[in-house]
Amino acid sequence: MSDVLEPQTFRVTRADLVRYAGASGDFNPIHWNDRTAVGVGLPGVIAHGMFTMALVGRAVTTWAGAADAVVEFSVRFARPVPVPDTDEGTEVVVSGMVKEITDAGHTRLSLTATCNGDKVLSLAQALIRKR
Amino acid sequence: MSLDQSFVGRSWPATEPYLVGREKIREFARAIGATDAEYHDPAAARAIGYADVVAPPTFPVVFTMSSSRQIIADPELGLDYTRVVHGDQRFTYHRPVVAGDALVCVNSVEDITSRGGHEFITTRTDVRTESGDPVVTVWSKLVQRGEEAK
Repeated sequence: MSDVLEPQTFRVTRADLVRYAGASGDFNPIHWNDRTAVGVGLPGVIAHGMFTMALVGRAVTTWAGAADAVVEFSVRFARPVPVPDTDEGTEVVVSGMVKEITDAGHTRLSLTATCNGDKVLSLAQALIRKR
Repeated sequence: MSLDQSFVGRSWPATEPYLVGREKIREFARAIGATDAEYHDPAAARAIGYADVVAPPTFPVVFTMSSSRQIIADPELGLDYTRVVHGDQRFTYHRPVVAGDALVCVNSVEDITSRGGHEFITTRTDVRTESGDPVVTVWSKLVQRGEEAK
């Protein structure tokens, strides 16, 4: 494992949100219906926060080299991820760096996720178990 | 309207077991674009010591979100779900969720606070096997936006 999780870009389209809604059981219409999203003051349909967190999780497990490596994983949802109704949708960029090795020998990774240059998560981190 | 502070420290009876299916894990992994062999191929999961495919880290929300409706849908709490946004999310894992697990959820309310016209509630879900072995603990902080703050 290197000390840096190099930026990884994930494309997010409306189709991804529909698929995630079905797989997760989160059918909140703000994630697929512009009328509802605008009605509650959002710019339009936004990604599920847990979908963004899942993308970060992918970057983390890939970096750690093990599907079962995560001991702790936490985020704060700082800003929504608007997903326009286009073929391109939007992009979420995930990066990270090692903050410390804990007394238990785990690696603490500080994580960043951005969309259009804005940080969409804050206080995002993962603890990776000692191998 | 403020949330009912008397909910802090309360916990609810364990939910009915959720049976984790291999195809559900595969479906969830496909939905987040995760191609790791351990999420899809039982042989790959066995090679790293698990009985069947393992679930990606955020998979537990598939059953913890619905289980926590025990709390948030209680009219006594006074939560207006149309004004709720997701604030924070945290998981601590004892082990990954594995296909074939039968998991129960014990929900509790850790904290309710009010700040700047917004209400914050932190729920905790302890996910265990039917025999009581801990698997994962999930914290969610929900924010009910103030009426004026739309």
